[in-house]
Amino acid sequence: MITFAFYLFALSAITGGLFTVISRNPVHSVLWLILAFLSSAGLFVLLGAEFVAMLLIIVYVGAVMVLFLFVVMMLDVDFAELKAEMAKYLPLGMLVGLVILMQLAMAYGAWDANSGAEARLQAAVPEGMHNTEALGMILYDQYFLLFQLAGLILLVAMVGAILLTLRHRQDIRRQNVLEQIYRDPADAMKLKDVKPGQGL
Amino acid sequence: MAEFFTTTYLGIGLTIVGQVFLIVIPLLVCLAFLMYADRKVWAAVQMRRGPNVVGIYGLLQSFADFIKYIVKEVVFPAGADRTVFLLAPMITLVLSLIAWAVIPFNEGWILSDINVAILYIFAISSLEVYGVIMGGWASNSKYPFLGSLRSAAQMISYEVSIGLIIIGVIISTGSMNLSDIVRAQDGAYGIFNWYWLPHLPMLFLFFVSALAETNRPPFDLPEAESELVAGYQVEYSSTPFLLFMIGELVAVVLMCALVSLLFFGGWLSPIPWLPDGFLWMFVKMLFVFFMFAMVKAITPRYRYDQLMRLGWKVFLPMSLGWVFFVAFAAKFQWFGGVFARWTVGG
Repeated sequence: MITFAFYLFALSAITGGLFTVISRNPVHSVLWLILAFLSSAGLFVLLGAEFVAMLLIIVYVGAVMVLFLFVVMMLDVDFAELKAEMAKYLPLGMLVGLVILMQLAMAYGAWDANSGAEARLQAAVPEGMHNTEALGMILYDQYFLLFQLAGLILLVAMVGAILLTLRHRQDIRRQNVLEQIYRDPADAMKLKDVKPGQGL
Repeated sequence: MAEFFTTTYLGIGLTIVGQVFLIVIPLLVCLAFLMYADRKVWAAVQMRRGPNVVGIYGLLQSFADFIKYIVKEVVFPAGADRTVFLLAPMITLVLSLIAWAVIPFNEGWILSDINVAILYIFAISSLEVYGVIMGGWASNSKYPFLGSLRSAAQMISYEVSIGLIIIGVIISTGSMNLSDIVRAQDGAYGIFNWYWLPHLPMLFLFFVSALAETNRPPFDLPEAESELVAGYQVEYSSTPFLLFMIGELVAVVLMCALVSLLFFGGWLSPIPWLPDGFLWMFVKMLFVFFMFAMVKAITPRYRYDQLMRLGWKVFLPMSLGWVFFVAFAAKFQWFGGVFARWTVGG
């Protein structure tokens, strides 16, 4: 049953990846990429890493790909031109792919597994512990400082990005929401008793 | 016979299918009456009668509507992306249904008792935005497209605060399993043991975020009829539209179940000497659904910039601050340890 599920997810991940590349419409590409992500999440579940699987879905599919789709949907691209571009870069892309494939093959051939590796693969998580807890112990206990530093780097990147794009325009009228909320109906509205057929 | 259902692949498969039907069919039947209840509450607030023609007191109105939707013609707009156009409502419905696999209705009444149940629900509800975006894009029309853009930004914004609120509850429980979260709320004081009391501010934040996450009024901007006609649903007709509508309502009921489980103790009885059971869960869900219906009836729609401001500048800092507070309160056992339902240092 697990073998069947593995081949199902692996096949749909590969199909998703393939159609991400060859699909003509960029929006379709993003949707296929989502399928690839979901299948890899399924593969993580099969490996017993359900926490990582859920994070993959929440972070990548639920947030990153939504923003991707958001941007791609609004692009006005000439698809025929895009295809011509693809044909132009296809040999180069295939060359890069081939080099990586060969490197992987060489690494696989030269890879000498540690004698304890097999046992570790069997039990990715210490005995009597959920993998969420195991991950938490590693991230927040063992590598606490590195984890915090990674967060700090992200914060710096975010502040930098905001600083680069922030422009204070003086020539527009800004909305002050607090002022709007605390507006008193007595000042803002005037009730008038209008006679029929006369108007104000 | 029992051996067939527990040992062979076919038997196990049939058992799982049977369990799925046991959840989905009562859910969809309840949904028909909830739709009716929603309209009745709405009508009562506006001093109208609401549906009252089909069946006694109009009870069968939803079924009449279902049949009407199904027998109508499916219309495809010109230039629509047909595959994505049909895929969008299906995704909405399927995603809203599969989340129910991890909802416990009673002690042990659960399809799949997984360790990361709350994360699973969070992941599924973060995927629900795709039905809206795909529907809006595939319609190849202006209003649906604007609606889908709005919903993409809106649902992402409020997911952030929902996630942080859930983290507070997880810290209090020490587990992400929904059954464990309910069990942690069990105690000698009945209703006062539940998380609504220690997590009271977050109950309100979660409720409002749930409204925004499910595109319910006052946050129904993706389908605001005064500006966008019906937003992403404009071009949909017949069964696809029905799927969208059911999917949305199932997501609302899921949020009701989630509020009941996280803050109101799920199947636990509010009075200590009364037995726990499925009925309590049902009553709590109905109560939360009534609140959803009332909010729909009595609040005007938010302006879009205020919606964004509320999400990022009010809810996000508040829920983040609450996570800090709960973490300290749990660690140092403040308030008699109500924030930590686990042994510290364990």
